[in-house]
Amino acid sequence: MTTNLQTSTKTNTDVVFRTENVNIYYGDFKAVRDVNIEVPRHAITAFIGPSGCGKSTVLRCFNRLNDLIKSFHLDGKILYHGQDLYASDIDAVEVRRQIGMVFQQPNPFPKTIYDNIAFGPRLLGYKGDMDELVENSLRGAAMWDDVKDKLKALGTDLSGGQQQRLCIARAIAVQPEVLLMDEPCAALDPISTLKIEDLMQELKEKYTLVIVTHNMQQASRASDFTAFFNVQANEKGQRTGYIEEHDRTEVIFQSPKQKATQEYVSGRFG
Amino acid sequence: MTSPESSPALSKGRSLTRTVSSKTIFSNVMTGLVVTCAILALIPLVALLYYVITKGIVRISPQLFTQLPPPPFPRDHPQFNSGGFGNAVVGTFMTVGIASLISIPFGILASIYLSEFARDTKLANAINFLTNVLSGVPSIVMGVFAYGLIVVKTRSYSAVAAGVAIAVLMLPTIVRTSTEALESVPNNLRQASVGLGASSYQTVLRVILPAAIPAIITGIILAIARAAGETAPVLFTALFNNFWNWDPWRPTATLAVLVYNYAITPFANWQELAWAAALVLVTMVLVANILARWIVRRR
Repeated sequence: MTTNLQTSTKTNTDVVFRTENVNIYYGDFKAVRDVNIEVPRHAITAFIGPSGCGKSTVLRCFNRLNDLIKSFHLDGKILYHGQDLYASDIDAVEVRRQIGMVFQQPNPFPKTIYDNIAFGPRLLGYKGDMDELVENSLRGAAMWDDVKDKLKALGTDLSGGQQQRLCIARAIAVQPEVLLMDEPCAALDPISTLKIEDLMQELKEKYTLVIVTHNMQQASRASDFTAFFNVQANEKGQRTGYIEEHDRTEVIFQSPKQKATQEYVSGRFG
Repeated sequence: MTSPESSPALSKGRSLTRTVSSKTIFSNVMTGLVVTCAILALIPLVALLYYVITKGIVRISPQLFTQLPPPPFPRDHPQFNSGGFGNAVVGTFMTVGIASLISIPFGILASIYLSEFARDTKLANAINFLTNVLSGVPSIVMGVFAYGLIVVKTRSYSAVAAGVAIAVLMLPTIVRTSTEALESVPNNLRQASVGLGASSYQTVLRVILPAAIPAIITGIILAIARAAGETAPVLFTALFNNFWNWDPWRPTATLAVLVYNYAITPFANWQELAWAAALVLVTMVLVANILARWIVRRR
C-alpha cells in the first residue's frame, strides 16, 4: 500500500518539516542525536556547523536519500506536513519527487540541456507541453537567456556555475514543494555563488528551501532561519552531531543564546 | 667552468653545463635497456603480422568470400588459384552471432545486478570470483562442455553447439568489462537520478546504462573479436563443412577450423587458403580493436 502524498499536501501547514527526537545511525554508530526542528514554509533554513556535525546527513533524511546507504537507519519521526516520512507505508520514490535535492558537486546528466530538464517530468509521465516546461524551469533558474539557443548542447559542457543552475532547473522541473541544497555553492567561484544566492531569494517565493553551507556569510546573507549543528565526541572517540541552537538567522548571528554558537559564528572555531 | 653570479645559495658554484658522471651514465644505460626491451617485445607482433600478410595477401580476392573451397590441386594445375572459403566466413559470423545472442544479454544483465543491486554483497563477490575462474578455464573445456550438452543430445555437430561454447567463453569478459563500465559511472549521477524521484530501474535504464554503454560496447567488441578466432571450442562442436550451410543445427565451417584443417594438409592450394584465412581473421580482430578504440575516443 502506498500513501498518496499529493492529497496530504492539499492540507498545507506553515510548517513543512517537523522532526521529533530524531537519532541517526550508521550501523551501531550514532551520527546525529536529538534533532528537533521545524522548517517553515516559503523560507530559507540554513544548516551551519563544523565538519562532521551531521548537517548533510540530516538534510538527506528529508528526502530519504540516505536509504541508499545500507547501514543507515533512524529513530524518531520526520513529519512532512504531519506525515511521517519513515512510516512503513511511505514510498521513498514519491517522497523524492516532492522534495527535490541539489548537490554539492553540480551533477548534470551527460545528456543535452533539454533532456536534463525533461528527465524528471518524463519519469512522472508528464503529458503537457514539454518545451514550455523546459523553458519555465530554465527561467525559474534564471538561465533561460543564457542557454535558449543551445538547448541541444550537453549539460556537462556548461561552466560550473551554470551546471549548478541547470541542476536547480532540473530539480524544479518536477515542481517539488521543497528544495534541499547540500552546499550548493561549495564548488563554485564567488560570482557564481552570488548568482545562486540571488536565485535562492527568488525560489523561496515558490518553494521551501533548506540549505547546508560551510559559508557563514552565505547563511547570514541568504537565510531566514539558521540551525547551528555542533559535534560531541564520546569516550570511544565517536563524534555525534546535534543541534546546538536553532532560531531566526539574525538572532543566531547577532545575539545567540549559546556560547558555542557565539564562538562559531564569530569564527573562533569550526 | 663558469657559474652565474645571481645563482641562489645552494646551487652556488655549480655548473650549468653537462658533465659526464656515473649518474648520467647509469641513466643513459637504463634508458637504452628499456627502449631495447620495448622494441624486443614488439618483434613477435610485427613478425607475425609481416608473415601472415606476406603469405596471405597472394590469395586475397573477392572470390574468397563468394566461393567454396576447391578440391586439392597441384601447383601447375590451371585451377590452382580457384575457390575460396565463403562458407567459412558465413559460418564464423553464424557461430559468433549465436554466441553473442546468448552471452550479451546474459552478460549485461548479470553485470547490472553485480554493480547496481548487489555491489559488495557476499553473493556478488562469489559471482565475481566464479566469473574469474570461468575466464581462466581452457577454451577446449568449453568445447567439451558444449559437445556433451548439445552435440551428444542432438546427435549432430552444429553452429548452435559452437555458439554455446563460444558464449560461455565470452561471458566472463562481457560480465567483467560491463561491470567495470557500470561501476565507473560517477555516483553523483545515481544520486541525481534517485533525487529526482527515479526508481532503481529507471535510474539504471535512463542514466547508468546510457552513460556506460560506450565502454560496454567496447568490451563486447573485444570479446567478439577474441571469440571469432578461437579454434578449440569450435573444433568438435561446429566441426567443418565443405559446402554452404545456413542451418544452425548442421555442421558448419569456421575460419579458425579451416586454418587448422588446411594448414596441416600437404596440398599447396589448401595451405595458401589457410594463410589467407589467417589474414582475414587477423584483419577482423584488428578492425574490431580499432572500432573499439574509436568508440572509446568518441565519447
